[in-house]
Amino acid sequence: MRIDFALVLPEILLLVGACALLLVDLFVKGEDRRTSVLMAQGVLLACAAATVFVLFGTGGQTGYAFHRLFVSDLMSNVLKLAAYGTVSAVLVYSRQYLLDRGLLRGEYLALLLFALLGMMVMMSANSFLSVYLGLELLSLCLYALVALNRDSAASTEAAMKYFVLGALASGMLLYGMSMIYGATGTLTITDVAKQVANLSRDSSQHTFLIFGLVFMVSGIAFKLGVVPFHMWIPDVYHGAPTAVTLVIGTAPKLAAFAMAMRLLVNGLLDLAVDWQQMLVILSVLSMAVGNITAIAQTNLKRMLAYSTIAHMGFMLLGLLSGVVGGNWFNAADAYAAAMFYTLVYVLMSLGSFGLLVFLSRKGFECENLEDLRGLNRRNPWYAFIVLLLMFSLAGVPPTVGFYAKLTVLSAAVNAGQVWLAVVAVLLSLVGAFYYLRIVKLMYFDEPKDETPFAGQALGPRVLFSVNGLALLALGLLPQPLMSLCFVAIKSL
Amino acid sequence: MLLSLAIWVPILAGLLVLVAGGNAGGDRNAPMQRTIALWGALFGFLVTIPLYTGFSLQNPGMQFVERHEWIQRFNIYYHLGVDGISMLFIILNSFITPLVVIAGWTVIEKRVGQYMGAFLLMSGLLNGVFAALDGMLFYVFFEATLIPMFVIIGVWGGANRVYAALKFFLYTLLGSLLMLVALLYLYNKSGGSFAIMDWWKLPLPLDTQLGLFFGLLFAFAVKVPMWPVHTWLPDAHVEAPTGGSVVLAAIMLKLGAYGFVRFSLPILPDASRELAWMMIALSLIAVVYIGLVALVQTDMKKLIAYSSISHMGFVTLGFFIFNAYGVEGALVQMISHGFISAAMFLCVGVMYDRMHSRNIADYGGVVNTMPKFAALMMLFAMGNCGLPATSGFVGEFMVIMGAMKANFWLAFAAATTLVFGAAYTLWMYKRVIFGAVANDHVASLKDLNPREFLVLGALAIAVLAMGIYPLPFTEVMHASVNDLLRHVALPKY
Repeated sequence: MRIDFALVLPEILLLVGACALLLVDLFVKGEDRRTSVLMAQGVLLACAAATVFVLFGTGGQTGYAFHRLFVSDLMSNVLKLAAYGTVSAVLVYSRQYLLDRGLLRGEYLALLLFALLGMMVMMSANSFLSVYLGLELLSLCLYALVALNRDSAASTEAAMKYFVLGALASGMLLYGMSMIYGATGTLTITDVAKQVANLSRDSSQHTFLIFGLVFMVSGIAFKLGVVPFHMWIPDVYHGAPTAVTLVIGTAPKLAAFAMAMRLLVNGLLDLAVDWQQMLVILSVLSMAVGNITAIAQTNLKRMLAYSTIAHMGFMLLGLLSGVVGGNWFNAADAYAAAMFYTLVYVLMSLGSFGLLVFLSRKGFECENLEDLRGLNRRNPWYAFIVLLLMFSLAGVPPTVGFYAKLTVLSAAVNAGQVWLAVVAVLLSLVGAFYYLRIVKLMYFDEPKDETPFAGQALGPRVLFSVNGLALLALGLLPQPLMSLCFVAIKSL
Repeated sequence: MLLSLAIWVPILAGLLVLVAGGNAGGDRNAPMQRTIALWGALFGFLVTIPLYTGFSLQNPGMQFVERHEWIQRFNIYYHLGVDGISMLFIILNSFITPLVVIAGWTVIEKRVGQYMGAFLLMSGLLNGVFAALDGMLFYVFFEATLIPMFVIIGVWGGANRVYAALKFFLYTLLGSLLMLVALLYLYNKSGGSFAIMDWWKLPLPLDTQLGLFFGLLFAFAVKVPMWPVHTWLPDAHVEAPTGGSVVLAAIMLKLGAYGFVRFSLPILPDASRELAWMMIALSLIAVVYIGLVALVQTDMKKLIAYSSISHMGFVTLGFFIFNAYGVEGALVQMISHGFISAAMFLCVGVMYDRMHSRNIADYGGVVNTMPKFAALMMLFAMGNCGLPATSGFVGEFMVIMGAMKANFWLAFAAATTLVFGAAYTLWMYKRVIFGAVANDHVASLKDLNPREFLVLGALAIAVLAMGIYPLPFTEVMHASVNDLLRHVALPKY
């Protein structure tokens, strides 16, 4: 059992850190919670160090712990590192925002860290049980975070909706899992894969499997937020305090991607023909509904919410292109494309929701399109960063958003799904319109008030610039991140 | 090295100009930004001259080649090179850039640095499109040029600029996205290569070729623009600031035509031959119908925009008659149109800066107050009609010769452009320049200042030189064009 604990070191550290933070925070004085925030960042740093330690300790080999409930492989560790970075950035972005609104309390930090723990468990899950545990830990924390601002009716309503729909989705996922358990007799994902490979396609268990699969895909679709399981996204993104939207819109996407990989690819790759068909429908619907509905939005948070739906549809293009006619020759390429897309999307989403947090001030919520009007006149540098963000979201080179689109489209074309690629590019053209509208507002229109944006703390300012420039830098040199994704997927 | 310099010198200069503006959002540093922009543009032009002097006339292949690994995962290379077809466009583009900077020197009053910076960035990106030998590198440059142009039209454009900018962007993006799918398909079929020259050798069945041809056609036809996807161009031209119109007409339209010779013809020769009738028909519609549309315009910029579409119809016509006269004539026409349309738009800009009107009806008798300007504009108007001894004549004559070889009636229809072109250009010229002084505004016009004279004079020299002695322009093309035609004649399946 010695090796077991070494593999789960990051999770243990985070758990201990989060509990300690809850205690320490009781003794922290002062509104700004400097010590608590620093401690949270410290915990994240320690986790990152532990993950790097695990990576080097295992030499990138896959290792199991706790009777194969837990798996530590390259993909999970890469995603974990990305999640630490994201959560750390979230903290930097949202500190001032929360402080101004009296929401910067110990609970926020602790819930954030526990949510992260849930994500990490999902990323490293090798059993339906651990997937579910991680998912519930994440979801419960997020429900509470959405309702963080108790006095706001909108937030409470959003939390309620999120909770009800989330519980429904969890139920579906569980139901699907139980079906698959019934057919295979095991909860361990790697064993499920072996069992499924041995089942013939006409056996009665196979029907069970497909039945369970449908429910499982619905559960995953809900967590990713793809049509027709997307209803919660706009309301929750809109209703939650922007700093919480920033949380929901970023790191959990990594976990949802990991969950999809674990359940569908690790566990049910032999049923790929079946779930790929479902994903095609989800993907096309998401791109269509997300992009077209986003045009009608005047609220930035809602617009970005619909844009998320569209982007997740795009990401599915990679997931559904892995297996063609029973051979998975291109599978690693396709899943690596989906992973690359997810990582890039999280970076863009961090920037775009970060922007909203960043430009909000005490007594002013930056959340309508109008609020960006004339930004170029008020602060050309921020306008330039937002320009990069928007063109990246639209997928225009030389930003990294283009390469994300390129990789998944290439996967689809390689899988012989040319028509799907054509549909995708046409819908992304629709999407380009609403991103361009923001550029138009910033550059072509005159501002309503000329006061320059200023007064943000150094941390968020630097982070925002780095975030935007990273999109450009990764766009000029996308190779390292692409290879990393490929190597990570190969290790599965 | 030379090609990299041609791309990155303007881009770096553009970034420098932007940085020099500081972050206050004002125009405090405008004089310094102008100076940096001018030197950057001039230096960018200087580094392209060795491309011509060092060019080997006998070599039909790529020269000045650079090749570095860029994205190994997708086998994408930073692969640059020019042949006789692309080399002149890089020089043309780098020649136009300083002129645009000078033309906008005092005319642009707000956000000067961003204006200059956007043009320099675009200049470098456009050079990249012409120099790229890797399909994905080409695409990246091709798409990236949209961003600065979008901003240029939207920020410094006329009253209806937002509509024009969005229409321009979305129209061209639609085309390019379909091209992206076509490129990915080629990548897949060629076993994982984005090298354009590998694709030339790739055997493809006819139905695949036809599908790909339409995928690429959207991208290039929108850019050229060919009838019936030309409607964005008049809007974009009318609303864009003078410099934007100049670059749009002189360089950006050439990207589409260049795409045909670089991609469609050599990669899909059979589909090109199969669909030549369609391309010729669309080209002739552009030449004749759009020529007639130009005749009735009341807005000078719109008139020149339609005239551009008509002239570009000549270019696509030349490509799809598959003989040396036709293709070379089309390429010469592209260069010449680069000079003449740039000059015409600058002429309208000169008048617009003084009168703030582009309406033909607001003018009349300008020659009385602006004789120097009237003389120069006369030359460009003649060039636009294709009068011998101007550059406009050479290309049109060669294309008509080529068409004559293919089919008499084709040549006959194409030759009507000489009539229509003369009609709409000279009629406009007459109404604007000659006659009695129309109103007090015209009476108080001041003739060209030295800066404007310099810009128009440089273009006048280019137009005349190319018209009188076109050999320096055509001789560099021979080897590459003949090679291309030999290649297109061979079936690929």
